[in-house]
Amino acid sequence: MKIRSCREIIETVNKKLNAIIYPSDLGGPAGGFSESDKTVTPIAIKDNICVKDEPTTCGSKILKGFRPPYDATVIAKLKAAGFAPIGKTNMDEFAFGSSCETSCYGPTRNPWDLERIPGGSSGGSASAVAAGMVPMALGTDTGGSIRQPAALCGIVGMKPTYGRVSRYGLIAFASSLDQIGPLTRNTNDCARLLNVISGYDRMDSTSANIPVPDFTESLVDNVKKIKIGIPKEYFPEGGIDGAVKKAVFDSRGILESLGAEFIDISLPHTQYAVSCYYIIAPAEASSNLARFDGDQYGLREEAKNIIDMYTMTRTKGFGDEVKRRILLGTYSLSSGYYDDYYLKAMKVRTMIKNDFLNAFKTCDCILTPTSPVPAFKIGEKSGNPLSMYLSDIFTIPANLAGIPGISIPCGFTKNSLPIGLQLLGKPFAEEMLLRVAYTFEQNTEFHKRKPSICV
Amino acid sequence: MRKNQNAVQEYETVIGLEVHAHLLTESKVFCACSTKFGLPPNSSTCPVCLGLPGSLPVLNEKAFLYALKTALALDCKIQDVIKFDRKNYYYPDLPKNFQISQYDKPLAFSGFVEIEYKGEKKKIRINRVHLEEDAGKLVHEARGAASYIDLNRAGIPLVEIVTEPDIRSPEEASEYLQNLKAVLLCLGVSNCNMEEGSLRCDANISVRPIGEDALGVKTELKNMNSFKAVRDALSYEAGRQVDLLRRGEMIRQETRLWDEAKGVSVTMRTKEETHDYRYFPEPDLVPFTTEKDEIDRMKAALPELPGARKKRFISEYAIGEYNADVLTRDMAVADFFEKTVGLIKSPKEIANWLLGDVASNLKERKISIVESKFKPGHLAEIIGLIRSEEITGKIAKEILPEIFETGKTPKKIIEKKDLRQIKDSGELTSMIEGVLKENEKSVGDYKNGKKSALTFLVGQVMRKTRGKANPRKVNEILKKKLGGI
Repeated sequence: MKIRSCREIIETVNKKLNAIIYPSDLGGPAGGFSESDKTVTPIAIKDNICVKDEPTTCGSKILKGFRPPYDATVIAKLKAAGFAPIGKTNMDEFAFGSSCETSCYGPTRNPWDLERIPGGSSGGSASAVAAGMVPMALGTDTGGSIRQPAALCGIVGMKPTYGRVSRYGLIAFASSLDQIGPLTRNTNDCARLLNVISGYDRMDSTSANIPVPDFTESLVDNVKKIKIGIPKEYFPEGGIDGAVKKAVFDSRGILESLGAEFIDISLPHTQYAVSCYYIIAPAEASSNLARFDGDQYGLREEAKNIIDMYTMTRTKGFGDEVKRRILLGTYSLSSGYYDDYYLKAMKVRTMIKNDFLNAFKTCDCILTPTSPVPAFKIGEKSGNPLSMYLSDIFTIPANLAGIPGISIPCGFTKNSLPIGLQLLGKPFAEEMLLRVAYTFEQNTEFHKRKPSICV
Repeated sequence: MRKNQNAVQEYETVIGLEVHAHLLTESKVFCACSTKFGLPPNSSTCPVCLGLPGSLPVLNEKAFLYALKTALALDCKIQDVIKFDRKNYYYPDLPKNFQISQYDKPLAFSGFVEIEYKGEKKKIRINRVHLEEDAGKLVHEARGAASYIDLNRAGIPLVEIVTEPDIRSPEEASEYLQNLKAVLLCLGVSNCNMEEGSLRCDANISVRPIGEDALGVKTELKNMNSFKAVRDALSYEAGRQVDLLRRGEMIRQETRLWDEAKGVSVTMRTKEETHDYRYFPEPDLVPFTTEKDEIDRMKAALPELPGARKKRFISEYAIGEYNADVLTRDMAVADFFEKTVGLIKSPKEIANWLLGDVASNLKERKISIVESKFKPGHLAEIIGLIRSEEITGKIAKEILPEIFETGKTPKKIIEKKDLRQIKDSGELTSMIEGVLKENEKSVGDYKNGKKSALTFLVGQVMRKTRGKANPRKVNEILKKKLGGI
């Protein structure tokens, strides 16, 4: 897909979706690629990833006007490999959200139903890819923010193993949970993109110093004898939409018929995952977001003294959900509360991780629904933060454990809303996930369906 | 004054010191920016030390090794697992609004520094040694119209060294600082220059009735910018606290600033205003283990530390405690001393020269011994020439400045200026005869029993010979001439 046609598509479709908030000025200082260059692949970038000299605002007023003086490592890699970032995509403010409704630029819409959310926080990226605006996009996943929008928009979304992809240049939400990953229409593009962005980066101390395989080699149509675990905790009696449950069960049947062996497993500490996450993530976020104070860049509310400047800037610059999480995080790190909250949550996190490591002794990967529900209506859950937080119930554990996860389309509701299937793998075993995903894709047609808004 | 002295005697002062020293690495502790001093403001910065969104820290291995060396030289135990923590607070000189430091598991703990005061040796225990990043520098406009931030200093590696409250007087505090500085200079890990800001010292001080075990309420003292200021501030604060207690008032636990100009400490912030730093482990830096073998090797490879060197100087060179102490304060001076001893075996004289005239010449020129043109060879030559009576001590002192200025050897200088000692009896005798003729009164005095007249006459001969006459010979000949006594 040429960049020129990309731009045309953006100009028409984007108005309806609000997926792209800052189209790149190609040919200008950020571009570096000529529009007619056939060898260049256009890609959309979530707005929390630094692209040199381009607006990078994390969907927040507090970063209005901020243009980083450097490229994130993944961006430098993309540019070197012939990819052209064509715009920044909308997201929940600072990635705090599961619906893409908290952005200061307004919500992004789901291409399958414009009254519904695309998922979040990488809603803009997912929507752009699903609508055919771009062939692929980068998102970020801290508690499910790539996988859940991928499921709700009917595309492929992967969260690599923690440490597989450099975080240098990713504006941090929760440092021990964040990962950058691909959002694509098929597993082939996902593998291609993963090849480019993966790899040890000496600028990121948490990046893993291990070799990167050629992920496209794992795209093999064969799951014979692969053991897939079904965790009972991910299939509760209530709490999952009926259509989602059915689609996931049917998917199991498909994979079984293709030779995969299914094993019942238990991940006993699953029930603590959401609480655990909502202590750790806001705690780290409260510290990561402390730097936004009007001092060096972005919004500054002038005041008579420095404390007032900090206070006014952050009051005006941050949205409600961001304030909520900063308060939560600050509280759980406070003297007198640290042991009972943060420290305890870190211990629970270890137990959750051990659940997975244990389970992986008997299976090669784990199959679950990605989201308990399909895309809900804009405004439906935005007044109920706790209900919103439960959207990530199946995706959060993988972030806590650091393991890789992928969501692929596996069905539709009777309203033609996409349903996603999640596969979770051993640390650094993205190849296994791609293999199973590719096999499923090759033997089904779900990924071929496109929303009518598509050009 | 007297009353104060009596008052202080009833109470004991208890002091703990917290020192921050800049480590002499080329780059900052978490990024590759230069640590060079005096660069234009904000010219040595990058996304990491500016705390730009998306930036991440990477540990400078050399900074870690320097901190480790410091800890080993202070006899500390080293932590098994090294981890960093975030110290969260808001301030314009702290770009991320948190400082990467170490909280509950400092890199090292339980060490000591030996000091000696009033003839008594004592160990000041080290509670902890840890590594952290420095903040930037704020520059305030005189009329308060604006404040400026220079982030060149943000991210410079600091080693923080904290003592137990083992120090009992401002003088002990000063001794501790001197000894600590000597160790850090010897290791080459820091410049330890308080005036330049590469060494900072805060103190915790309280008083208690002598004999009491429980600690009194402590105050924290900041803004002491020299070793003298530390002594003065501690002295003042101890006095202030004792005064309060005598009046039946309570000490408020607070942080106080030393005001050098006024010679007083003033309240900075009270306990209620102290920060909750919300420490938690730094997620961007991966903890790592220290290997016992590596640590042992490092410890064995440490250079001879000032304490050990001082002991060796006393036993090997017999130059006495005081001289050994001062010589080993500065490694370069100690090196100079030993090099000179290697050339001529007169350690006592060498020590005296170094601590006397050489030191004053260096001070006058405001240079260090390594920067000066005066070399061990020069000193050895001087001592040799005095020993062989080719020049007098007085002449040697006089030619020192020229050596400092030009680097010329003593031999060349005395040749050029014809400063050789007059030893020849014949020459001396005629000089002496001349002096005796000119000073008949003194001769008479001497013959009448006034011994000091001899000294006067010797002085006259020295004056006449412009200091070149050999004093011993002059004495000899004069006595003979005046003879019959």
